[in-house]
Amino acid sequence: MKICTIKELLDARVLAGEERLGNHVYSACGSDMMSDVLAYVKDQAVLLTGLVNTQVIRTAEMMDMVCVVFVRSKTPTPEMISLAEESGLVLLATDKRMYEACGILYSGGLVSNKVKKATV
Amino acid sequence: MSEALSFRFSVDGENFTSAGQASVQVKKNLRQLGLDPEIIRRVSIAMYEGEINMVIHAGGGVAEVKVAEEFVEIILEDHGPGIADIEQAMQAGFSTAPDKIRSLGFGAGMGLPNMKRYTDYMDIESKVGEGTRITMRVNIT
Ligand SMILES: Nc1ncnc2c1ncn2[C@@H]1O[C@H](COP(=O)(O)OP(=O)(O)O)[C@@H](O)[C@H]1O
Ligand SMILES: [Mg+2]
Repeated sequence: MKICTIKELLDARVLAGEERLGNHVYSACGSDMMSDVLAYVKDQAVLLTGLVNTQVIRTAEMMDMVCVVFVRSKTPTPEMISLAEESGLVLLATDKRMYEACGILYSGGLVSNKVKKATV
Repeated sequence: MSEALSFRFSVDGENFTSAGQASVQVKKNLRQLGLDPEIIRRVSIAMYEGEINMVIHAGGGVAEVKVAEEFVEIILEDHGPGIADIEQAMQAGFSTAPDKIRSLGFGAGMGLPNMKRYTDYMDIESKVGEGTRITMRVNIT
């Protein structure tokens, strides 16, 4: 799925990485616990989260993810946005809640696990 | 034989927001050296978990990363409270992190087991009241 399709499906705003919306991603995960993301996520390229702090951006970067979606109308700080720009991450924000946002993407074809790695 | 390259960072224990900065920088440096992305990812995750631990459990410390010919070595040293029972600390799910840390997305007790899982070698030296020194290696070949 293209990142711009995620944006459309979730009616999301683009906060960083506008120029990367054409990139493809193949899997996603949702969590508010960065500890769990670091421990259990393998090749998921998209993180949906309701947590807003700089560690979300660093966790995504350490995991080689390409896109973070903030759910429940959470808005990242300017510092988080500039960190994301520096590391080439796409940041999206949607008013939808976690369950709904995940459901929409899942039924749109973005599954939780796919062997193929995202193209960066 | 080329000298091993090394990077050193001081990790600020007062500031949760800046935690992980050293790991981000190391990731950039290793990319510039052209190391395999999967190696870089393993080093980054292990170091990031260790760096977060130094901030939330030990009041900060020093991180050193050496790139040798056969492995990348990460040494994390702090003068925090130390770990009384290392075996227990290594168990998945064991955590002494306060609720405040959990509300920030950490403290699931998965850090040390994760560091072990992502590295080829890990050693913890710790003395209660003195501090902790963790050495990890990820093989390059
Ligand atoms: N550098 C450290 N200094 C003192 N205690 C530590 C340090 N690193 C880890 N610990 C102890 O080991 C426990 C387990 O660590 P970890 O597996 O990373 O889980 P978490 O950080 O989520 O609590 C911590 O809760 C803490 O009690
Ligand atoms: Mg930890």
